[in-house]
Amino acid sequence: MDVAALFSGGKDSTYASYMARKHGYQIKCLITIVSKNPESFMFHTPAIELTKKQAELMGIPILIKETKGEKELELDDLKIAIKEAIKKYKIKGIVTGAIESVYQSSRIQNICNDLKIECFNPLWQKNQLELLEELLKNNFEIILSGVSAYPFSKEFVGRKIDKRFVEEMKLLSQKYFINPAAEGGEFETLVLNCPLFKKKLCIKLTSILGENYSYRGLFE
Amino acid sequence: MILIISICMEKLHYLEFVKPIEDIIINEGRKFLAKHYNELTEEDIKSTKKIIICGTSLKDNEFIKDIKKFQWMKEYEKPILGICGGMQVVCKVFGSKISKKTEIGLFKEKFIKDFLGVKAGSEEYVYHLHNFFAKMPKNFEKLAGKSIPQAIKHKHLPIYGVLFHPEVRQKKMIKEFLKI
Repeated sequence: MDVAALFSGGKDSTYASYMARKHGYQIKCLITIVSKNPESFMFHTPAIELTKKQAELMGIPILIKETKGEKELELDDLKIAIKEAIKKYKIKGIVTGAIESVYQSSRIQNICNDLKIECFNPLWQKNQLELLEELLKNNFEIILSGVSAYPFSKEFVGRKIDKRFVEEMKLLSQKYFINPAAEGGEFETLVLNCPLFKKKLCIKLTSILGENYSYRGLFE
Repeated sequence: MILIISICMEKLHYLEFVKPIEDIIINEGRKFLAKHYNELTEEDIKSTKKIIICGTSLKDNEFIKDIKKFQWMKEYEKPILGICGGMQVVCKVFGSKISKKTEIGLFKEKFIKDFLGVKAGSEEYVYHLHNFFAKMPKNFEKLAGKSIPQAIKHKHLPIYGVLFHPEVRQKKMIKEFLKI
């Protein structure tokens, strides 16, 4: 089946795309929604400008749509983008990286149902430590592009997700009740390399903005 | 051994509708066999102690056309839990009709009687993902749901059905079913 993946450039949407391809689905395009609202309920903004480069490395066309990020209006923008993907790439389904968020997934399910296409959430209800371990096993190279919760300090920005990081998350999740794979938005990620990429995304962390356990990296 | 039956026509939906149930069973330290209904053998059904029939996507309704493949259910007599599309299968086998009604997202449902660990009178936010529902079959009792049946049980047999997805917000219900 030909599908489009909702793509933010982070670990969940990239891994969901990878799972879709592994199961024999053709990813005809990526859809990225750039929200101007940093508090968007639907779309996560850090490092999203790099999705264009990631799409190039995957050799998959990308549809980028800007939204003001107002609560329900951003869903109209998403629907317009999906309609464009149906028209342009004849897709029959959408793949998302939703894990736990009923808010996000039910809204995307509604849009797909209206447009009479399939909706795939291959990471739905997945254990977050299992997800981190699978990412490492499948050679995903990921860094943290931003953090937004205690105890994530400035030093976490740009840090690689490796075995040591996963072990640390196990301990932190017990101590602070955080989600080890950041399903609660504790940190944002950026995929630098994975089996979908033809070569690695080469970037440099130029500066870190923010304060009080809320920081994001600027990359070039 | 618990038999988990998939009704998904799309391979990728297995991860969304079947694997979360497998994970709950694994966490409870129980063993399972997961199969698509098209691949079931008589031996699979005979050798298992209970059965969970999982749901599928909004667009996938192929299983209803294949209802003849579930007739073994009438003689099974051991515990069965049908989830969403799985509940529709149970109801259809026991003679009820399927009708249209779309519900997507979290909905508050009140439980009329005790149901798999949920006390009578309590309200729960449940996750819905369906375009269809099943009317009440004969010999079943409605345990939740106002306008349409949301949780049902056979009056004499340990056969349960839920229209919502307990694997999202009511994992305890599946754990309770495992204890029966």
